[in-house]
Amino acid sequence: MSKEHIRELVVLSGKGGTGKTSITASFALLADKAVLADCDVDAADLHLLLTPMVEQRHAFMSGNEAVIRQQDCTACGVCMDSCRFDAIRRDGAAYRIDPVACEGCSVCYRICPAKAIDFPERVCGEWMVSSTRSGPMVHAQLGVAAENSGKLVTMVREQAWTVAVDKRLPLIISDGPPGIGCPVIASLSGVSLAVVITEPTVSGLHDLQRLLALARHFSVPTAVCVNKWDINPQQTERIEAAAEAAGAAILERIRYDRSVTQAQLQQKAVVELDAAAGNDIRVIWKQVTELL
Amino acid sequence: MTTIAFTTAGHDLTAALDPRFGRAANFLIYDAVQKSIRIIENQQGRSAAQGAGIQAAETLVRAGVDTLVTGHCGPKAFKVLDVAGVKVFNCSAATVDQALNELLADRLTAAERSDVEGHW
Amino acid sequence: MEASGKRSYRIAVASGKGGTGKTTVALNLAAMFGEPVQLADCDVEEPNINLFLRCDQLVPPEVAMLVPQVDPRHCNGCGACGELCQFRGIVAIGSRALVFPELCHGCGGCALVCPSGAITERPHRIGTVSTGQSGIIRLVEGRLEVGVSLVPPVIRAVREQLLDDLPAILDAPPGTSCPVVATLRECDYLLLVTDPTPFGLHDLKLAVALARELNLACGVVVNRAGEDLVGLHGYCRSENIPILLSLPDDRQIAEVLSRGELVARVFPEYGLMFAELAAKLKQQLAAAGGTP
Repeated sequence: MSKEHIRELVVLSGKGGTGKTSITASFALLADKAVLADCDVDAADLHLLLTPMVEQRHAFMSGNEAVIRQQDCTACGVCMDSCRFDAIRRDGAAYRIDPVACEGCSVCYRICPAKAIDFPERVCGEWMVSSTRSGPMVHAQLGVAAENSGKLVTMVREQAWTVAVDKRLPLIISDGPPGIGCPVIASLSGVSLAVVITEPTVSGLHDLQRLLALARHFSVPTAVCVNKWDINPQQTERIEAAAEAAGAAILERIRYDRSVTQAQLQQKAVVELDAAAGNDIRVIWKQVTELL
Repeated sequence: MTTIAFTTAGHDLTAALDPRFGRAANFLIYDAVQKSIRIIENQQGRSAAQGAGIQAAETLVRAGVDTLVTGHCGPKAFKVLDVAGVKVFNCSAATVDQALNELLADRLTAAERSDVEGHW
Repeated sequence: MEASGKRSYRIAVASGKGGTGKTTVALNLAAMFGEPVQLADCDVEEPNINLFLRCDQLVPPEVAMLVPQVDPRHCNGCGACGELCQFRGIVAIGSRALVFPELCHGCGGCALVCPSGAITERPHRIGTVSTGQSGIIRLVEGRLEVGVSLVPPVIRAVREQLLDDLPAILDAPPGTSCPVVATLRECDYLLLVTDPTPFGLHDLKLAVALARELNLACGVVVNRAGEDLVGLHGYCRSENIPILLSLPDDRQIAEVLSRGELVARVFPEYGLMFAELAAKLKQQLAAAGGTP
């Protein structure tokens, strides 16, 4: 499969908890041949629905962190004064670096008059290639309080591309991260289509508008789907009108359906149950394939 | 136009031209005087958390490249290359040798600005 | 935590993933706090709180980060700045240094190492922090500029706008990565919001791991509590984490929320539940050695 023939779809939500992951898992099962990429690396949940068998596991290194060698430290305090991130604290007579607060900028490492600071690479988490009943899946887990999920997202996407080329699969489906910050930018740039899942709430509309602005900024076509639309039909109308005005395609709505939680409990995607919401998602999948 | 860089995942002139710049695997460097090629890995660009294009541009400048042929080049990388006097040619050819032929036949025009939004 | 004895306590509300009702809990808790309280919207990528409070906000002060500027007349092209920078925020090319403010983390290292004094620093806008008042609630809202990916400095600026003599509730962004850590710094207690689903429990475990890493006392609010099919109560018992409130899976809550109203103000029985939550939190803080 040459790269030009591979399409990439990312499922986003702005605000979390809108059903993005359940819908992504359903898409993966409905797609005939696709690679799944779990780019929601802050809270990767796709594996809870698709029970992947891990085939490869790799450490994920990113950036560096400063570490004081206590035996060489003269406790002059120059490092603490030069740190803009409040990452160096005095602890009695010693100085210590808070690894959580350290940005890895290297200033203390360069400035230490006693050369008592090391600057090793930082392990931030791990990434995996697995097989699932919907096909291959690339996913990752960041360490607790680890930084830099933007790079991990890029890595997951790159690995998904490699798998797609190797296994001749024409489609990559990414479960995107929440928010509009660096992980989202990393998951959005250069994709063929972004499907935005939203809810009919005041926050839903607000988040959607910010997300569509971001997609426009990166020239990515968008399609919008309102989940649990019947909770507030009026707000659903407003959201769809705003999305259309912003140039997004409007997809079928998904109704409020408790089977979504039932499916989760059974480690299944909604479309694997005989559920009303599953039928809505089937219609949406057909619309999405036409937009791709 | 003596030291020309092409983005690719391969190692010779028949390899595919990679449309990405910052996160391309390798740069194939063609010496138009010696008619020779060498490969520079884009290790630092690919492993950069952010600013991959900038890092890749620095790598090329350090290697003494004066011309770049690639698919797309983002605004930050373009700025670095522009300041260093490296000419950027956007090209949609499938392989490196096709891209080289198009360049030598004068069928490509040097970009005046970045052709895509940065993406990192 | 090195909180000064004088500062009033700070409670962060967080969850491993979005959509668990974190903002709902933070808002209703603040509304029923029984005394003046600050509410900080640290979800700077998607600040939503004022959609519910609708207070007139003061002119938002800008959040700026210091980025370098190079005086070409003094730059001798030595390259020390580019060599120091870990983030490609400044790049030395030939006899010039180029600045990329979007990538700069504001560490100040380049100005520090420049041997010819060619680098000074100037403020670069990355977001806003605004304040407003709604009844007993003093709102502090952070908002990231679209397209900016550096979240922690904006959250830091939100924390700096909090008054020391009032208690504060901080609504954290979703997940467990750097922006959440930036919110939790200098907090005294972490209130985790979850729901009794496999996703909810999985993400709660990640959040608890973060609380342990940061040495923070924590308690749980169960949202959409129905039958506990995933063993949420057993997990909390085994980890010795108190469940401070269970909100029923009541469609009315979702409907009130979708209209942008506070459930604690619309239904007196919910008002009582949140007032009780506030009382329990104050007890927890007293037990944890805080000074409520």
